[in-house]
Amino acid sequence: MGKIQTRMGDGRRVELTEAKVRSDLEEGTNDAADRAKVSPLTPDEIEYLFEIHQCTDKAVSVEQGKEVCLTYDSSTTKLKRAHISLSKIQSLQVLERALGADSLELAHIDYSFKPVKPIVVFEQPILEQALLITIPPLLYGAMPNLGLYSQPNGPCPNPMDLLPQGKISEAKASFEAAVELAIKDMVYVGSQMYETGADGINFDTTAAAGDPEFLAALRAVEILRKKYPEMGIEMGMASEFILGLHGDLTYDGVRLAGLYPHDQVKLAQKAGVTIFGPAINIISNRSLPFNLARSITYTKACTEAADIPIHAAVGMGVCGIPLAITPPVDALSRASKAHVEICRLDGL
Amino acid sequence: MHAAHAIVSGMGGLRTAGDLVARLQLNRAMKIDAAKKYVADKLRVSVADLADPVAMREVREDMDIGTLNECPGVSKGIDAKFRIAEILDLEINCVNLFKQRVNFGSQKES
Repeated sequence: MGKIQTRMGDGRRVELTEAKVRSDLEEGTNDAADRAKVSPLTPDEIEYLFEIHQCTDKAVSVEQGKEVCLTYDSSTTKLKRAHISLSKIQSLQVLERALGADSLELAHIDYSFKPVKPIVVFEQPILEQALLITIPPLLYGAMPNLGLYSQPNGPCPNPMDLLPQGKISEAKASFEAAVELAIKDMVYVGSQMYETGADGINFDTTAAAGDPEFLAALRAVEILRKKYPEMGIEMGMASEFILGLHGDLTYDGVRLAGLYPHDQVKLAQKAGVTIFGPAINIISNRSLPFNLARSITYTKACTEAADIPIHAAVGMGVCGIPLAITPPVDALSRASKAHVEICRLDGL
Repeated sequence: MHAAHAIVSGMGGLRTAGDLVARLQLNRAMKIDAAKKYVADKLRVSVADLADPVAMREVREDMDIGTLNECPGVSKGIDAKFRIAEILDLEINCVNLFKQRVNFGSQKES
């Protein structure tokens, strides 16, 4: 029986037997299906994934005609983090003119709404100038990042200090206070950037701080949608599962804790999101066949439940991309192709 | 990672019609097939042409909606977006704000 070169979730190269790749694919899809109570991948889809892994080419790609649109999280920051000496506007031009970007996103290096608030007047002229010289839709992006509202970084008592002391109601009250503060910041920054000319706002890594953060983002979206009916709003998630850090929070009568992507998207589109990005975490000590099948199972169910475009967050450490700071092209191209074609994605 | 995704799955942005299809997704929440068809109909090309950089280069030049290697005298940046808004029958936020700033409508009327 042949061997297949693939990788582990942390990016390390590994050689697996064909039987092991097939069993990992089965295990991955069944793991996601069991957790989210959705359908596992069909035998044909498993076979398709197997063939993608069996292919010895370094890179694979989608079939011609199945190309999708790309949106980005914090795209200007990525060039900054690589210490390329470019201004934000020059970074956007590189993405537009050298990297084939279908959309652009301007961002502050401290990529959260709270730290953007005091410097928004410095971001607005950059956005204005960028809008004059670029052509693709230009979003402004940041993370809700509810953790910044707890002590010592913010005004609210830290629920992670309160919970171990058994102060459950105090912790819940603190989360609820943080939600209100975060909504104000997100609506303020979102309004300022839209009124400056942005085509849309990207709420990235949403629900990293669990159900209170998801609630804050949904309510901010709802306010912005009412205020600006034409605004583009993208919401990218932090992980496949909404952690119940509060546990009792609801939106539109639905309990937020424990929601998987196919239910998350229903609330996002109800609130007014126009592009939704499910994010499925990598399990770094499992193989990529396992991780890819698992991610596609969640994402396919999400696409089927959605009325709005789905741009899966196929980035470092999520949706089948290894948790490595320099993701290998062999793994990335397989994750990209498999998600687009099996999940019938609208974008990445 | 950006470059790899663009080659593996991306539409091609300004090289093709990726930026135009993305506008329909972002601002009208249109799924990919509907957004591609809308743009293809407005540009009077086939859906297959939309991700073809050779075909779309000619279309973008003819319609003057911005290209990668811009020549003198052709639309760039905001002026290309004025034309895109018109051709796609789409409201573009910064175009509308630009018109407001220069009082475009009232000057035209007077």
